[in-house]
Amino acid sequence: MSTSTDVRHHTGGGHDEMEPAHGSFRGYMIGFVLSVILTAVPFWLVMSNVLDDNQLTGFAIMGLAVAQIVVHMIYFLHMDGRSEGGWSLLALTFTLILVVITLAGSLWVMYHLNSNLMPAHQTRQMP
Amino acid sequence: MPESSALTKAIFGRLSWEAFPLHDPILVGTFVVVVLGGLGLVGALSYYRLWGYLWREWFTSVDHKKIGIMYMVLGLVMLLRGFADAIMMRLQQAIAFNGSEGYLPAHHYDQIFTAHGVIMIFFVAMPLVTGLMNYVMPLQIGARDVAFPFLNNFSFWMTTGGAVLVMLSLFVGEFAKTGWLAYPPLSGIAYSPDVGVDYYIWALQVAGVGTTLSGINLICTIVKMRAPGMSLMKMPIFTWTSLCTNVLIVATFPVLTAALALLSLDRYVGTNFFTSDLGGNPMMWVNLIWIWGHPEVYILILPAFGIFSEVTATFCGKRLFGYTSMVYATVVITILSYLVWLHHFFTMGSGASVNSFFGITTMIISIPTGAKIFNWLFTMYRGRIRFEAPMMWTVAFMLTFVIGGMTGVLLAVPPADFVLHNSLFLVAHFHNVIIGGVLFGLFAGMSYWWPKAFGFRLHPLLGTFSFWFWVIGFWVAFMPLYALGLMGVTRRLRTFDDPSLQIWFQIAGIGAVLILLGIVAFLAQIAYSIWKRDELRDTTGDPWDGRTLEWATSSPPPPYNFAFTPVVHDNDAWTDMKRRGYVRPLGGFRPIHMPRNTAAGIVLAGFSTALGFALIWHIWWLAALSFVAMIAAAIMHSFNYRRDFDIPAEEVARTEAARTHLLAASRA
Amino acid sequence: MATAIPAVQKGEAPVFYLAEEHAHPEGHSTPLGFWIYLMSDTLIFAVLFAIYGVLGTNYAAGPGPRDLFELPLIALNTAMLLFSSITYGFAMLTMVQGRVVATQSWLAVTAMFGLAFLSIELYEFHHFISIGATPQRSAFLSAFFTLVGTHGLHVTFGTIWLFTLMVQVARRGLITANRRRLMCLSMFWHFLDVIWIGVFTFVYLMGMLR
Repeated sequence: MSTSTDVRHHTGGGHDEMEPAHGSFRGYMIGFVLSVILTAVPFWLVMSNVLDDNQLTGFAIMGLAVAQIVVHMIYFLHMDGRSEGGWSLLALTFTLILVVITLAGSLWVMYHLNSNLMPAHQTRQMP
Repeated sequence: MPESSALTKAIFGRLSWEAFPLHDPILVGTFVVVVLGGLGLVGALSYYRLWGYLWREWFTSVDHKKIGIMYMVLGLVMLLRGFADAIMMRLQQAIAFNGSEGYLPAHHYDQIFTAHGVIMIFFVAMPLVTGLMNYVMPLQIGARDVAFPFLNNFSFWMTTGGAVLVMLSLFVGEFAKTGWLAYPPLSGIAYSPDVGVDYYIWALQVAGVGTTLSGINLICTIVKMRAPGMSLMKMPIFTWTSLCTNVLIVATFPVLTAALALLSLDRYVGTNFFTSDLGGNPMMWVNLIWIWGHPEVYILILPAFGIFSEVTATFCGKRLFGYTSMVYATVVITILSYLVWLHHFFTMGSGASVNSFFGITTMIISIPTGAKIFNWLFTMYRGRIRFEAPMMWTVAFMLTFVIGGMTGVLLAVPPADFVLHNSLFLVAHFHNVIIGGVLFGLFAGMSYWWPKAFGFRLHPLLGTFSFWFWVIGFWVAFMPLYALGLMGVTRRLRTFDDPSLQIWFQIAGIGAVLILLGIVAFLAQIAYSIWKRDELRDTTGDPWDGRTLEWATSSPPPPYNFAFTPVVHDNDAWTDMKRRGYVRPLGGFRPIHMPRNTAAGIVLAGFSTALGFALIWHIWWLAALSFVAMIAAAIMHSFNYRRDFDIPAEEVARTEAARTHLLAASRA
Repeated sequence: MATAIPAVQKGEAPVFYLAEEHAHPEGHSTPLGFWIYLMSDTLIFAVLFAIYGVLGTNYAAGPGPRDLFELPLIALNTAMLLFSSITYGFAMLTMVQGRVVATQSWLAVTAMFGLAFLSIELYEFHHFISIGATPQRSAFLSAFFTLVGTHGLHVTFGTIWLFTLMVQVARRGLITANRRRLMCLSMFWHFLDVIWIGVFTFVYLMGMLR
């Protein structure tokens, strides 16, 4: 059905539900620069031991990771509430909820199982 | 047997003549029967020159209706195998008292209960449920096919590939002896060094890919291909439950895929995920497998709930009561099913805080199901109930499933579960809900939609026999198990010391025989109905005075389903059309765009199955070759850009004219 | 569904079918379908992250992150993948403009960055194995190799797919079907970069903080 004749349909750049979103040069550059910053900062924090507090550093780099993932979603993957009539965002949200349940649930359950059941010498930090 | 040379090992891996169980009379006998039956089938197909027809019309078909029927055939064939396992277990348990070892040695018995579970869940229930969703849902939404027809064909053959691997394990090597969820360390390489667990892993990985892709396919179909006017809240309930089921599939099968991959790494590469040493943790397998396993049982039951909604509304002549609450209940069940998994291992030791949380969530998830039962009852209230087969199965479901559900809520209480976990009470509970819920739903669905698929009804009397044998048989087979479980009997036992328990097992055995009669009656019903199909013919396309769009088509529907895409204005779209003066168009037909058949699905699945077999037997050259062949075949398929064609308007006109003729004759 | 439904006139039976219709454009479900596939892939990685979270401190008296990880190398790797993401983005921009040669060039550059990423990763794996830090040594190492290795396998398949698409674009140009495929690979490629953010944060950086 669709062969060479369809090339022309896409140069108009209109965004209806059927047309997958595509970015602009500006969008990609903003995303790229933000990603570079959000990558360089956590590496710097860890490699230079800037904050001198491992737990605080841990939270900081986790937060920066989440921020960079959001940047990727918006600027590279063109995620918004409109793509595919909102189904893309719904699928992503649902998946993220399940990821959180899987990670948090497993860590919680396994922590309890380990402390109740694993031999005493192993529940402390291994060398 | 001479020592295998290095060359033999290189060519055949660990496959050798010892893999063939020539010493086991039961297996040899089964093999002989299978070979004779197989030769008979092959002979008949060759004699009637049906190979070309099968290849062109069925195996390479991308038509959702054909694929749906093939799924059903697969599921029913595997039902026979899974049930044979059940009868063997019942017999063993009925006689293994007073010092008797029964007739099944331990290594055989353990494979039987493992295979029974794996087959029934993965190769009976899943294909039957997928088959019905595949057949019915596109018709219900007024579509011509699913979103990705080729992928649909591929998914079917991957499921079949997994089934082939499981069946092969009967005659070449052996199956797992670990139970259907293969807990490590028993399933690890140290304690199960043989091929059994590898058959398990690769059968499920191959089938799992098919299932996951099918899930993606059906979600996109429902989201993108509904007829104009069919908003989400105007979809039939079966379509809603299909949507939620496929969301569950896509959201949960990846966990199984990952878990199986980790186990296979432990077995093949020597990693330490689930080992007892070097930092591994077998309990993590239990955690992961049940994160998959609980949503899996909702994957099985939600389509059955959808079937019951359609059947109840149709055979009570009333709109379904509480449509909105049914939808919400389904969605709530979908989400909550991810928050209960730990109830499968309360006794593993996570402690009171964790157990309480999951016990409470488990009790909460029973509430939406209860709401559904009330909605069905309110639909029946003051309806004009017709007790055709689908409605009989529905009533049996309501009575049977509710008992099973209640025992589930009982088990949800952690202190009670500490007594009943892994007892026969548990076994009775899950058979109660799966047979009473899923299987009765599938029988209701099969008898309901059979006329649509094949153009003739199933013979009612044989169906009634099948129904009563199944329902009475189920109760006789499983109520004793509740009693035995409460008395403390553990599951999966092969012999027993306490002679006072034997009578219960014998009663359960009688129940199994009744169910066997039910299966025989069902097969007889199918055979007899095919033989007498002209007398049972459905010429209208709407034998039950149906309410949803699939009943607007002929029985069976044409390849393109609808000559013109329907426009929907209300729930129960077909009832709405009948009530408001719909006139079937007799002209103005247009060419219809359809996807082509393809061999790529069966070829790719064939290579995947070969890869699985090679990995099981450590035939590394075959594994590498199959893998490369798979990639090459997939890339080659991607170079095929000509995947569709048009059905000419004249052919549509001819097909529709034939139907017009049939409808006129039926009114005469 | 975008098709307009004819309005019902009073007294007439409503319109129950479309006399004129446009079939769905070929591949109109593909972007959503591929996105949902990526969601399923996310869940596979979630399990691998969960395994790493649960078993990642079980060193079995063997080497741990501080003994093994070289952050400068990982920073270089991360840069390779990030650059490959932006060059793929440029390929998409030239694709929308219908410029075949420019698109092929950016795709080739992307592949180079991808192969650089894989080479560095393979070097790292080889180095670990050569000093005895094998996947079999401990649960931590099993989890590490599996999580990072699965990501690497995805990048490998993505690269093979990229080369296949370059051949297909060379043969048929930027027809709709090829654009659709390039869109899907774009989603795949960026998705892998998202997963890598999780990997370098939770495996490498957090590992050094323990």
